[in-house]
Amino acid sequence: MIYMDNAATTRMSERAFEAMRPFFMEQYANAAGTYSFANASKEAVETARGQIARVIGAKPAEIFFTCGGTESDNWALKGVAQAYAAKGKHIIISAIEHHAILHSAQALEKQGWDVTVMPVDETGMVSAEAIDAAIRPDTVLVSIMAANNEIGTVEPLAAIGEVCKKHGVLFHTDAVQAFAHIPLNVDEMHIDLLSASGHKFHGPKGVGFLYVRKGVKLTPFMDGGAQEKKRRAGTTNVAGIVGMGAAAEEAAANMEETMAKVSAIRDHMIARIEKEIPYCRLNGHRTERLPGNVNFCFRFIEGEGMLMLLDAHGICASSGSACTSGSLDPSHVLLAIGLPHEIAHGSLRMTLSEATTMEEADKAVDALLEIIPRLRSMSPLYEDFVRQQA
Amino acid sequence: MYTEKVMDHFMHPRNVGEIENASGVGTVGNAKCGDIMRIYLDIDENQVVRDAKFKTFGCGAAIATSSMATELIIGKTVQDALKVTNKAVMEALDGLPPVKVHCSLLAEQAVNAALWDYAKKNNLTIEGLKPPVNDVDELDEEEEE
Repeated sequence: MIYMDNAATTRMSERAFEAMRPFFMEQYANAAGTYSFANASKEAVETARGQIARVIGAKPAEIFFTCGGTESDNWALKGVAQAYAAKGKHIIISAIEHHAILHSAQALEKQGWDVTVMPVDETGMVSAEAIDAAIRPDTVLVSIMAANNEIGTVEPLAAIGEVCKKHGVLFHTDAVQAFAHIPLNVDEMHIDLLSASGHKFHGPKGVGFLYVRKGVKLTPFMDGGAQEKKRRAGTTNVAGIVGMGAAAEEAAANMEETMAKVSAIRDHMIARIEKEIPYCRLNGHRTERLPGNVNFCFRFIEGEGMLMLLDAHGICASSGSACTSGSLDPSHVLLAIGLPHEIAHGSLRMTLSEATTMEEADKAVDALLEIIPRLRSMSPLYEDFVRQQA
Repeated sequence: MYTEKVMDHFMHPRNVGEIENASGVGTVGNAKCGDIMRIYLDIDENQVVRDAKFKTFGCGAAIATSSMATELIIGKTVQDALKVTNKAVMEALDGLPPVKVHCSLLAEQAVNAALWDYAKKNNLTIEGLKPPVNDVDELDEEEEE
């Protein structure tokens, strides 16, 4: 099998898995326990908090554990909105945010908040200048993702953070795809809140965190016990947090090397596809791009068929076509970068990891060389196109 | 998610292609929604479907239903071909996931549209034949050029 869906989830790192292991059968204490048996759990959670904080230049006390990226995103938007409602009811997001942000913003809209959705350019880039112009006296929060999950575009966080700081507006970033993959620093980028998810960087599923800058108010999302300084109730997921901490530390330690290695394979795939497959389009920014993201639209064909034929070759990938989105519309990200529906239906995303080899990359491109002409030979759109060319 | 039959007809589609000087051609669906089916029919003087070919832009289920629909109508009279419903196509494929049922409807509509084209070209009235729905106008115009 060739796994090229690392933006969906990753294989757990051996080191993270081993770090978690004792916290199931041996050190199973509730971290809130007062007995000494709970000490190892408590310490392990605090160690993980430190491991994660270091990756983004935060203080450990500013890291709050959640059950994943979706919870972190929901909490950041809804928690800030409620805590700052007296200041104003306007928030700014981008058109290419993950559904966890888009739908949270829509939920706020129903409750009377005003939401401005920033457009993106054809590479998926949000403009910091446009955000500068969109901020109003009643704006409380700007939420722009660090890097897009579909097309891999890395947003100008430092410039956006600068604008937010200038206006005294809070800045949240959904860094689910970026954390532990590319350098992020909450102080240099003026980030007030940051969401991430363990399983996107070789940690376990079901655990994530929200970075909340000291002094930022946030109403709790989960009501209950006094965990996480009364800000996030629920029994501490010790094993998950430990695994996430270990994975974050490992990824951060190898980040430079991983970025160089993975982006070289990415660029090789992009170059081969552009050279060897006609009527394709690279989606996303050519250079401001996640190291592991390859995303193309192939004209005249539909994404699901590509995925099924790739699967027959043992290759796991994903698509933004309607058939894979569960609705009649293709991905909102592909539409936001200006693609017409019929082009967006033919999208293919292959996301790499440090485990991806050059040989696997070549095998995947070789498979496409067979699959795409095959699907085009069945396509009435291609038939018409060829007829028009003749 | 797909039955073995659907996978078989997707991986090894029957009757892909075009028919030159076809007796009837029907194209339905639209690219915006991600499904377009075109069916070519070769119909003999006894009104029997001698051959059928298809071209489909769409998901795995769309390709499999087109393939199965052509299989089901070859050898049938136009009257019987008209009776091949989306339900018959689905049954022949051992079922489709609920979100893909529209693919089988599209296959039925494509056959209907091709038969309509045949009837129109030959000034025939085929009992039960209705004007095509879900037609792709711009593609039809191109075919007439």
